Amino acid sequence: MRNAFADEVTKIGAENTDVVLLSGDIGNRLFDNMKAACEGRVINCGVAEANMMGLAAGMALNGLKPIVYTITPFTTTRCLEQIRVDVCYHEAPVVIVGTGAGLSYAQLGPTHHSVEDIALLRTLPGMTVLCPCDQMEVRAALRAAVAHDGPVYMRIGKKGEPQIHEQMPDFKIGKAMTMRDGSDVCLISTGNMMKVVLDAADLLAGTGVKARVEGFPTVKPLDGERLAELFDKFPLIAVAEEHSRIGGLAASIAEWLIEQRSFSGQLMSFGTADEFMHVIGSQNYARAHFGLTAEHIAGEVGKTIMSNAAVA
Amino acid sequence: MSTASSIQNGNFLTQDIETLRDTAALIRSRIITTSHRSKTPHLASCLSCVDIMVALYFNIMRIDAGKPADPARDRFILSKGHGAPGLFQVLAERGFYPVSDLDTYGADGGIFAEHPPTPHHLPGIEAATGSLGHGLPMGLGMATAGRLKGLDFRVFVVLGDGECNEGSNWEAAMFAGARALDNVVVIVDYNKWQATGRSEEIMSLGPLVDKWHAFGWNACEADGHDMDGLVSILSEVPDGSGKPKAIIAHTIKGKGVSFMEDDNNWHYRIPNEEEVAAANRELGVPA
Repeated sequence: MRNAFADEVTKIGAENTDVVLLSGDIGNRLFDNMKAACEGRVINCGVAEANMMGLAAGMALNGLKPIVYTITPFTTTRCLEQIRVDVCYHEAPVVIVGTGAGLSYAQLGPTHHSVEDIALLRTLPGMTVLCPCDQMEVRAALRAAVAHDGPVYMRIGKKGEPQIHEQMPDFKIGKAMTMRDGSDVCLISTGNMMKVVLDAADLLAGTGVKARVEGFPTVKPLDGERLAELFDKFPLIAVAEEHSRIGGLAASIAEWLIEQRSFSGQLMSFGTADEFMHVIGSQNYARAHFGLTAEHIAGEVGKTIMSNAAVA
Repeated sequence: MSTASSIQNGNFLTQDIETLRDTAALIRSRIITTSHRSKTPHLASCLSCVDIMVALYFNIMRIDAGKPADPARDRFILSKGHGAPGLFQVLAERGFYPVSDLDTYGADGGIFAEHPPTPHHLPGIEAATGSLGHGLPMGLGMATAGRLKGLDFRVFVVLGDGECNEGSNWEAAMFAGARALDNVVVIVDYNKWQATGRSEEIMSLGPLVDKWHAFGWNACEADGHDMDGLVSILSEVPDGSGKPKAIIAHTIKGKGVSFMEDDNNWHYRIPNEEEVAAANRELGVPA
């Protein structure tokens, strides 16, 4: 995803001379093309994220379109107060990009994991939260973020993620995307879990369960219209995300349900547990540790469907 | 006391030194009266940076109060946001909004809080400060925007000495040094106190000139209450050094009222009616 980001931001920067890329001393050579195409508008701000976020806010209030890019914990929790005060309070149209979100950097340990960012950033007034699922969605989401007149947080993976969309999708902030049709259960995914969720739908199909798969690349604002439709149609909805079950997409859907005052249905949440991971492993190992595999999701959803049928 | 003797330079204002001193006295009086009426603290912190703000707004800065969003305007950020009661008076006197707007200072439903609101809510404000250590990074973003857009405006940022505890200032200082942002001026309101004690005892603050110099700035000292000296030093921006400029302005917390000067109780104390009258007598401003 980060290569797609670098390529697309270069194109956007060439088209729009207000676009400035601020990076926190990462992406060695990644932005060489943009440096050449956008002279003076690729700024390495050093390992100083509080200053970088303040810079971005000051730029955005003075006619520029800054995009802040570094590893997710450092562009979110490290400088959360600057995001809250300098960016959101000022309604500054800054695009904040976290690379290696979720468990992408599993092997680097919990300092580099990011499974709280959605929860923290979506509470900030005026903040839009985007979690594209593959490189095509990264490109489309980035374009939408740059065009948006307000703060946007976009979490992306690192590299080598499976491609889901053949082409750049028609991306609108706040709009869900139906990725696969089905009538028995609805699986909702955000961000880089889409492939796992589609695989889970395949496994369920093998057991005769037709799963609809919905992509929610926008976590905030939620697509309430789509949720209403889904809760109307499906007695069981399962959400999977590479994020803590506290405060992520599933939790925000639960909040949405509370506001509906009256609802029926069952909501399952697959995400990371309330713990730091003290064992080391690959991203897939870390996902398995938290039950974020197609097998586990399909198994749990299948069991729930069976037990619901038994009760009925 | 009025702006009658001011010289209109285009849309800009250039008060002479004597008038600047009168303006500063008037602003101090209004701050003290408003603190009493609205029970707003941080009086002494406001009084220490009044002369700096008056020199900037009434002589140095290229601003037009009628065009607060003019892209070419000079920017001012009061990074020590708790000095807002002073800034609000300065902006009103400078014509950004009527002085009478401040009659509702601190009232429910109003916009004049103890810290500056956002630029969207009050003309003349460039950054909603209050949490310390935010103003300089934002100011550097503005200065960088000026560079990229080919505008020659300057950015003036007032930091408190206590505020220099915040590490974000030093991140910003390194950034500005490396990028040689000579359109930026930091003025440290060095009143030697922070909220609960002597700044030098709480954190090793000094030597401030050496510190800023070491971060790549052209740093110097000044008397933060000497209007003549302030105007003279602030008149040379950019100063030709090719570096951002740091002015370590020696100030006195509570400056202008003998019984408030260098007494840190006035960081939080609210003056009573007698104290307001006594302060106004000292300032030579009719109550």
